[in-house]
Amino acid sequence: MGSEGMKRAATIGVPLLAAILFPLVVDNPYLVSVAVTAYVTAIAVYGLDVMLGYTGQLSLAHAGFFGIGGYTVGILTSEHGFSFWTALPIAVALTSLLGHLIGLAALRTRHDYFAIFTLAVGVMIVIVIERWESLTGGTDGLIGIPPPTSIGPLSFTSLNAQYYLVLAFLVLTIYVVWSLMHSLVGRTFLAVRNSEDLARAVGIDAGRTHQLSFVISAALAALGGALYAPFLGSIGPDVGDVPMTFNMLVYLMIGGVASLPGPLVGTVLIMGLTQALTVVQQYEMMVLGPILIVVVIFFPQGIAGQGKVLFARLAGWGRRR
Amino acid sequence: MSGAATLRVEGLGMSFGGLKAVDQVNLDIPAGKVTALIGPNGAGKTTFFNVVAGFHAPTSGKVFLDDQDVTGLPPHKMARLGVARTFQTTQLFPGAPVMDNVIVGRRLHTRSNVFDAVFRSRRHRREEDESRERALEELEFVGARDLADVLVASISQEARKRVAIALALATEPRVLLLDEPAAGINPHETEGLTDLIRSVAVERGVTVCLVEHKMRMVMDLSDHVAVLNYGKMIAEGPPAEIRNNPEVIDAYLGAEHDA
Amino acid sequence: MTLFFQQFVNSIALGSVYALVALGLTLVYGVLKVPNFAHGALYMAGAYVAYLMLTTVGAPYPVAIAVSIVVIAAMGGGMEFIVFRRLEGKSSVHAMIAALGVLFFLEGAANVIWGPDFRPVPTPLDGVVTAFGINITEQRILVIVAAIVTMVGLYMLLKRTLVGMSIEALAQDREGALLVGIDARRTALLTFAISGVLAAIAGSLIAPLVLVFPTMGAVVILKAFVIVILGGMGSVPGAILGGYLLALAETMAGTYVAFAFSELIAFALLVLVLVFRPTGLFQKGV
Repeated sequence: MGSEGMKRAATIGVPLLAAILFPLVVDNPYLVSVAVTAYVTAIAVYGLDVMLGYTGQLSLAHAGFFGIGGYTVGILTSEHGFSFWTALPIAVALTSLLGHLIGLAALRTRHDYFAIFTLAVGVMIVIVIERWESLTGGTDGLIGIPPPTSIGPLSFTSLNAQYYLVLAFLVLTIYVVWSLMHSLVGRTFLAVRNSEDLARAVGIDAGRTHQLSFVISAALAALGGALYAPFLGSIGPDVGDVPMTFNMLVYLMIGGVASLPGPLVGTVLIMGLTQALTVVQQYEMMVLGPILIVVVIFFPQGIAGQGKVLFARLAGWGRRR
Repeated sequence: MSGAATLRVEGLGMSFGGLKAVDQVNLDIPAGKVTALIGPNGAGKTTFFNVVAGFHAPTSGKVFLDDQDVTGLPPHKMARLGVARTFQTTQLFPGAPVMDNVIVGRRLHTRSNVFDAVFRSRRHRREEDESRERALEELEFVGARDLADVLVASISQEARKRVAIALALATEPRVLLLDEPAAGINPHETEGLTDLIRSVAVERGVTVCLVEHKMRMVMDLSDHVAVLNYGKMIAEGPPAEIRNNPEVIDAYLGAEHDA
Repeated sequence: MTLFFQQFVNSIALGSVYALVALGLTLVYGVLKVPNFAHGALYMAGAYVAYLMLTTVGAPYPVAIAVSIVVIAAMGGGMEFIVFRRLEGKSSVHAMIAALGVLFFLEGAANVIWGPDFRPVPTPLDGVVTAFGINITEQRILVIVAAIVTMVGLYMLLKRTLVGMSIEALAQDREGALLVGIDARRTALLTFAISGVLAAIAGSLIAPLVLVFPTMGAVVILKAFVIVILGGMGSVPGAILGGYLLALAETMAGTYVAFAFSELIAFALLVLVLVFRPTGLFQKGV
């Protein structure tokens, strides 16, 4: 392994090791809970990045998909006796389908109409959740959502077990996003984001590309929600509400769009800070607003975002080191 | 499906609101030859290209590729049928190396989907390698192979024009529409580009149609010239004829167009 | 039949508010080509400032409205100057995110200052006028009258003053406007300030009829977006007509069908229109 390879191994290995050791070293269930919440949110934020960072569209329905994923698992496991392991893929598939249908309508419009449309969809999702009481428990939400059922000797009732489960899915998510973006498909997303006309002129179906990107982002959001519900044991409509989408957007922008560590860094950092400094919570929105403005004006690439470097690195794939 | 194609438009019209940008144009662009589209600024040349390449559906008339009616097909479908087009200024990734820009041109010939990408299937790896190889070949053809790893933002204007052509060639076109390929480069560089474009038609067997203002380049390069003015075609024929055509001279009166 | 007319009259008051909010939004959209997600927060701030003046300061209603107008106009102009000006030339997504940042800040500030509770606003006009068997509160009459006066004033501004004509020119043909020397920045600043004025009037007029709370702008702004997309971005008549029509549709649906249904009308309309006409109903140049 050359020094380049060692650097790569280190940037992945060290945080991963830290994450694995975290619950064992930090004997504080509250902090572990915060970490789990951050991880499931980060999974959804990766989905948001696929849309915003890689394809250049702002989807404001994102938390709605997170909510649908969570509610699907919640309803199937707590009321219909499904096992978590069956409910999870169903939740992701269902939300992806919904995303696909919404995309068919929403993606034919220009970028600002798309944002408004998805904002409306996000609001509608919450209204439907709140009104369809027989299905979703209305504004009270669902309680008694069981943790994932055991697989063989592995039981998921303890906090730490759930932590590792969620961590595993997070790592999987990051791998999938990395793999996708460094592929021919990923290049297509980026081409459409950068110059849709030229992308079209070289045979790329921009509409299909946007559609695919939207479905992937919805699937990841749903995955996050589907993991969150059994962890929390309950779920309410606020989980899918528009302010939640705004929060995810802030985490993404601060962490860095179109970068691999960005969504995770942003989510863990901001969520960690707001949880740790509980006294600040009241001022959270007031502070995050100007920060978001400053970031989008002066540091649109966020902390970890390295737009140009990413593109330069893209040239590296396939090349012998 | 390979080899140069003919492009034919019949009664083509494009109106925006009340403005007729292209007005009843009939034009035959012969296969494997270089045709130039000239005319004063605002004559409708770029709009013509936009319509032919599929960026606007024409308000009247038809477009035929060989004998296939392709009127109103969107740009990506036109590209898949073999109609490639360059833009005056756009590059895909200004902040990325040249190779990254050209390789995207191979996408329409790959079949890998999301699952291939995520699971790194054999098909995906093969297509990645093939795309890379073909892209390098195109860069070689346009004389920019040694720029493959250089950021597009750092290369010269002339090099960018070559890279744009490489990108278009990567799609394996049968027709190549070039929108002012020599804009902003000096006479020496223009000559080089002229040679390149000629070899695209001759060596690669691609039908070339270009919009250009540089008259010497047009006269040197084209087999056939069409002249637009106010959206209408006012003359058509070999370069020597066009050069001496009084109507054409009239249309250009007062404009300096020598390269 | 009386019910119909009663609801019709009520819907005019609601439509006046929608129209005012939509007008502010469409003017900014026309000039800047970016949806100002924070516009609802201006409306909310207008309501809160009026509330503050009426309760803490104990000022008379006209003064409260006037102060609200001045403060929110400054806020609107400030938004342009501090935030949007710096995003000239960047993609619309950047501007949209920045607008969300402003929204965050304003809602957060309202939350910090007044808390999340719903507050009633005392109104000096609590009389009811009855005519032809229809009741209409004096407050509602004020809303309608004030809205009409404002719209007439806006019309005069747009058609008769240089500022107004610059706004229209920029909205209709940006390049042409710049070519004839219109100062885009100054016009943008003034447009934002005007949108603030409109939002403040709407907010301070509606406040006594509804309760004020930090997220009160959220639903209104969504409806305003629907109106603007349907009526055409930058179209003044579109915003006005759309505002009244939407209010009418909502009120009638709420009365004759079901209340829950009325909330979804705006969204259903938006979905329908964008599905069949992705560029909106009346395209006023792209």
